[in-house]
Amino acid sequence: MRTTLPQSAPGEALASPIPAPRSWQRFWRKATPYLFLMPFFIGYVVFLIYPLVYSFNLSLYRKQLVGGTKFVGLANYLKVVQDGQFWEGIRNVLIFGAVQIPVMLGLALAFALILDSNIIRRQTIFRLGFFLPFAVPSVVAALLWGYLYGQTFGPLAQIAKALKLAPPLLLTAQAIIPLMANISTWQFTGYNMLIIYAALKAIPAELYEAARVDGANNWQIAWLVRIPLVWPAIVLTIIFSIIGSLQLFNEPNILAVVAPTIINLHFTPNIYLYSLAFRNAQFDYSAAMAFTLAIVSGVLASLVLFLTQRRGEA
Amino acid sequence: MAAPARRPLGDQLRRGASSAPAYIFLLVCLAYFLLPLIWLVISATKTNAELFSSFGFWFAPDFHFFQNLKDLFAYDNGNFALWLRNTAEYAVIASVGSSLISTLAGYAFAQYRFAGRNLLFGIVLASIFVPASVFAVPLFLLMSKSGLSNTLLAIILPALVNPFGVYLMRIYAEQAISQDLIDAARVDGAGEFRIFATIAFRLLAPAYVTVLLFAFVGAWNNYFLPLLLLSKSNLYLLTVGLAYWNSLSTQPGVAQVLFILVITGSLVAIVPIMLLFLVLQRYWQGGLSLGSVRG
Repeated sequence: MRTTLPQSAPGEALASPIPAPRSWQRFWRKATPYLFLMPFFIGYVVFLIYPLVYSFNLSLYRKQLVGGTKFVGLANYLKVVQDGQFWEGIRNVLIFGAVQIPVMLGLALAFALILDSNIIRRQTIFRLGFFLPFAVPSVVAALLWGYLYGQTFGPLAQIAKALKLAPPLLLTAQAIIPLMANISTWQFTGYNMLIIYAALKAIPAELYEAARVDGANNWQIAWLVRIPLVWPAIVLTIIFSIIGSLQLFNEPNILAVVAPTIINLHFTPNIYLYSLAFRNAQFDYSAAMAFTLAIVSGVLASLVLFLTQRRGEA
Repeated sequence: MAAPARRPLGDQLRRGASSAPAYIFLLVCLAYFLLPLIWLVISATKTNAELFSSFGFWFAPDFHFFQNLKDLFAYDNGNFALWLRNTAEYAVIASVGSSLISTLAGYAFAQYRFAGRNLLFGIVLASIFVPASVFAVPLFLLMSKSGLSNTLLAIILPALVNPFGVYLMRIYAEQAISQDLIDAARVDGAGEFRIFATIAFRLLAPAYVTVLLFAFVGAWNNYFLPLLLLSKSNLYLLTVGLAYWNSLSTQPGVAQVLFILVITGSLVAIVPIMLLFLVLQRYWQGGLSLGSVRG
């Protein structure tokens, strides 16, 4: 993401048409941007920085049955790294992401390319229709799909019964991750489509005409011109999707009600640290786990950024 | 930020392309995205028994929707109405406040050069990538300590900090604010805050609506933090309350009638957001392009 943008931002350089200011005026002019920033950064320090510091400090201690709370340095982190259940959760969310992200973003890209090509009439219906599930809270989406997957009044089971077949048992240990991937795909494809679509809209038309003059067909234009130009937007959607996958909580938490034997208390890292903190009151260990998860997520995001960089520059 | 006019490139691409396969593909996908919602609407018109006895994608003989609504608001001492009110209150305050704060900050980043500008903006950006679960445990503990847990403030306050909103506002402000206009106002002797309130804010309004809408949806749909911080059932948000009823509905022995209430409640929970998206389409569809301009 390139964000440095040396545009003609004014401030001091702009002082020329204005009469020479007195010193207190100069002070106010210097202070103005900080005053605008103040509400945000006060909130930032109180509700982001302070909790982070507090939590990190917490993660360096361990509450013991005898002797109260003791400073243990990085021992909690060492314990997380050696905790098989934590890595099992990481494995689950990585499988989830490996299934879900390519499908979702592949669909989103295909939709965006088709809709941007203007080969379709009544585009708005498709754009809004695909986007509509984004407005559904993920809790409701998980409830809804949980019912649809269900064996009693789920429509799939009903169709199977009508055909005199046994209703399919969908909520199994093998299928649970793809079933959750489906819920997230249903919810977020439209949103990602709109981000890519907006980036496509920003491409100047002359580029297409030039490619056309060079004899490129639609597929070549899509592959060689349009996708490379929106690549930064796609990378951004990949990174946000990875961070989102690692945080998977709502869907498994809701589906655990209908599939309690499959979704255990460490099914995803967030489920695990939630149950550690709020069932077992192991806040210190849970905090260490949250930081470890953040590090894993940062490493993965940087890796993706690194791997996708070359293509973007090509 | 109206939708860009149809460009010649569309016609360029249209030439020689057969649209039939594209239509079929899109229609199949549209069915996938809409069928679950259609099922929800149809199911909300049935009795609990009819959920089991009638086909999911068609109506049962009698129309039971209004009775379901009445039951929904009556069940559990009328908690659903409280959840609806809590959710609305939280979403409105958090989104209006956070968008205003983001607008001030984004405007400052776009409009002024000052010491620490790049560093501070880097700090804003970095926090976008920190997973939210890192804040869950400390916020829970800090809110308990300060006596704020089990108040709506506990979830409203952290939601006021919206780094992504600052990022979007900065990009938008850099494009939307005419420097000449600001300069003219300065020459006329207007103070910086008056310039912001009377000129800049009006120019930033479309982006403000976009940031506000997405913050509103984020709050309305939030589950993780409210689940931790609100433990009294009269303080639940819709998401937490519906999940709670759902967990009761599958327990053997407890009234299964809850299925239909969860279904009806889910429908009630999503209708306001969908209406909002439809009504404000023009704003947010343009607004989303903000993030992609510079990628």
